[in-house]
Amino acid sequence: MTQFLDISGLCARIDADGQEKEILKGVDLSIPPGEVHAIMGPNGSGKSTLSYVLAGREDYEVTAGSVNFQGKDLLEMEPEERAAAGLFLAFQSPIELPGVNNANFLRTAVNAVRRARGQDELDAVTFLKTARAAAKELSMAPDMLKRNVNVGFSGGEKKRNEVLQMTLLEPSFAILDETDSGLDVDALRIVAEGVNRLRSPSFSALVITHHQRLLDYLVPDRIHVMAKGRIIHSGGPELAQQIDREGYTRFLAEAEAA
Amino acid sequence: MAAGGVSHLAENGRAKWAKVSHPPIDYQDLHYYAAPKKKPGPKSLEEVDPELLRTYEKLGIPLHEQAMLAGVELPEGETSRPPMAVDAVFDSVSVVTTFRKTLEEAGVIFCPISEAVRDHPELVRQYLGSVVPVGDNFYAALNSAVFTDGSFVFVPKGVRCPMELSTYFRINAKNTGQFERTLIVVEDGASVSYLEGCTAPMRDENQLHAAVVELVAMEDASIKYSTVQNWYPGDENGRGGIYNFVTKRGACRGARSKISWTQVETGSAITWKYPSCILQGEGSVGEFYSVAVTNNHQQADTGTKMIHIGRNTRSTIIAKTISAGQSDSTYRGLVRVLPKASGARNFTQCDSLLIGDQCGAHTVPYIENRNMGARIEHEATTSKISEDQLFYCRQRGLSEEDAVGLIVNGFCRDVLKELPMEFAVEAQKLLQISLEGSVG
Ligand SMILES: Nc1ncnc2c1ncn2[C@@H]1O[C@H](COP(=O)(O)OP(=O)(O)OP(=O)(O)O)[C@@H](O)[C@H]1O
Ligand SMILES: [Mg+2]
Repeated sequence: MTQFLDISGLCARIDADGQEKEILKGVDLSIPPGEVHAIMGPNGSGKSTLSYVLAGREDYEVTAGSVNFQGKDLLEMEPEERAAAGLFLAFQSPIELPGVNNANFLRTAVNAVRRARGQDELDAVTFLKTARAAAKELSMAPDMLKRNVNVGFSGGEKKRNEVLQMTLLEPSFAILDETDSGLDVDALRIVAEGVNRLRSPSFSALVITHHQRLLDYLVPDRIHVMAKGRIIHSGGPELAQQIDREGYTRFLAEAEAA
Repeated sequence: MAAGGVSHLAENGRAKWAKVSHPPIDYQDLHYYAAPKKKPGPKSLEEVDPELLRTYEKLGIPLHEQAMLAGVELPEGETSRPPMAVDAVFDSVSVVTTFRKTLEEAGVIFCPISEAVRDHPELVRQYLGSVVPVGDNFYAALNSAVFTDGSFVFVPKGVRCPMELSTYFRINAKNTGQFERTLIVVEDGASVSYLEGCTAPMRDENQLHAAVVELVAMEDASIKYSTVQNWYPGDENGRGGIYNFVTKRGACRGARSKISWTQVETGSAITWKYPSCILQGEGSVGEFYSVAVTNNHQQADTGTKMIHIGRNTRSTIIAKTISAGQSDSTYRGLVRVLPKASGARNFTQCDSLLIGDQCGAHTVPYIENRNMGARIEHEATTSKISEDQLFYCRQRGLSEEDAVGLIVNGFCRDVLKELPMEFAVEAQKLLQISLEGSVG
């Protein structure tokens, strides 16, 4: 128990065309305050599903297990309550909102969580100043704030927009689902710096990635290997190189044997 | 006029094509004239029905209009707001017309149509019924026979109306039908922007609103007519609500004249209306921007008619339909190009958004083209608010209702941006209010 984020025995399934499909099969994972953990693992192992279940997506049915987040039963909360409590998910595939102005969306979101957290709402001018500064730090073109949310954004621009939202929403716990995929080298560094800027004793993160490279910039405290709906191995930051060299075969074999 | 109307009542059938259903209306049982009890002509805010002010407030018309009614100066820093003149029609009687002085100085006439009949008979005689003939359709005939008031606007040659004009309609009394009549005439090179807001308090029984609006635009004239319609839609079981059967038509008589209809329709149990443009003048332009929202048991059958008569006439139609609950909404539009209208162009875009799986949306475009040189484009889409979008918004902290509001407003953006600023903001809120309880 870390008293920050404790996932134990988490099982979840989805109704896929009338058939129950078990995806998470007993996930155990704890993240202490102030730590950055990474999850790596083969395609289809349930990484994104875990992030959705933590964020409260209703399509997934939790069949067993518990998630304690800062002393609260996370699974009892609505998605927006989880956001207000400090949970942020950077989506693997960010969603487009046609006709919805990006700055307006961001301000609505920021003020919604500020209200829920008992903070004063930001007026339009203050907000825009903050948002522009944050966008600049992420080397985003200024017109990105004026455009419709994610509509017509390139893959990399969408990912940066996720990091911008994260910065402005000031989460205490962020899940980044393959935020590094599709980024060029410079963007990768910029995004990693964006996360590193948030690092503090009151900020934790769970970074889902396939690439060691991100972890070079974002040195994690722990790395977990996920396969077939479970965490099958955990280790220090050096694990990334080992996976890069050897792949997952050995961990999978060990898990089979156990 | 009235006698002609009555005889047409017998001849005309009611609209049979509209995809709406309602029990037969007993036209003998309706009250055709009702005047509010309070003495007309409030001189200060206190004299205005508080219910009206509340509704204004909801519609957002209020802040500066309330101030106008009370003759209060605008607050510091808001001097840039265009002032607005208001004509309020309660039940059948025009109660207050503000700012008439300023308008008079500019040569603009803005008054209850009952006064116009008395003070400007030559203008009324010349234009009334010239766009919507007495026998045009059943409800227009009914209106022509029984209307007692409404608004009249006349903008003379070369004058840009110095302020937004606004009429506010309200059905107060029980069993009243409201049959107001609006006539707007804009002379050569003149322009006006006119806004109409409508509300009615809740009542169990259905009430009838059968208005007629006529617009006339001469050479190089421009009329922008915006409507925010929020008549009582009935309760969630479909009880009560307004039957809104309205005939609105504009004639672009002069070359290069322009008429633009923008409507946000969230209210009424049944809406049946097709604001239209008759594009006579060479190079004249007709526009129709519409958002129609139906929830619970509401029915809407709305759209436009663009009649291209003159050469190089152009029309644009953007219709956004949002259906929720068990409601049903139809876009019905006619684009007619007559043989002489060479170079005519039309672009139509109809988008429907469905919320839930018990509602319906239909698009019925009629195209009658009798000129091979015309270009007519039509695009239509139907979509649902996706779970992905809702979840994305909620993950960022928005409640489900706020998320729906945001997505719906995004969907309507192309239309809302045509509204005058203040109304656009309030229309957004109205959209959200009318969709309350539609998800989850
Ligand atoms: N909505 C769904 N319907 C049907 N199957 C689903 C659904 N969501 C997830 N799955 C299945 O669950 C498994 C885990 O998917 P998930 O997206 O969590 O994997 P992942 O570890 O994130 O993979 P990747 O590395 O490719 O992103 C996959 O087999 C996937 O097909
Ligand atoms: Mg994934």
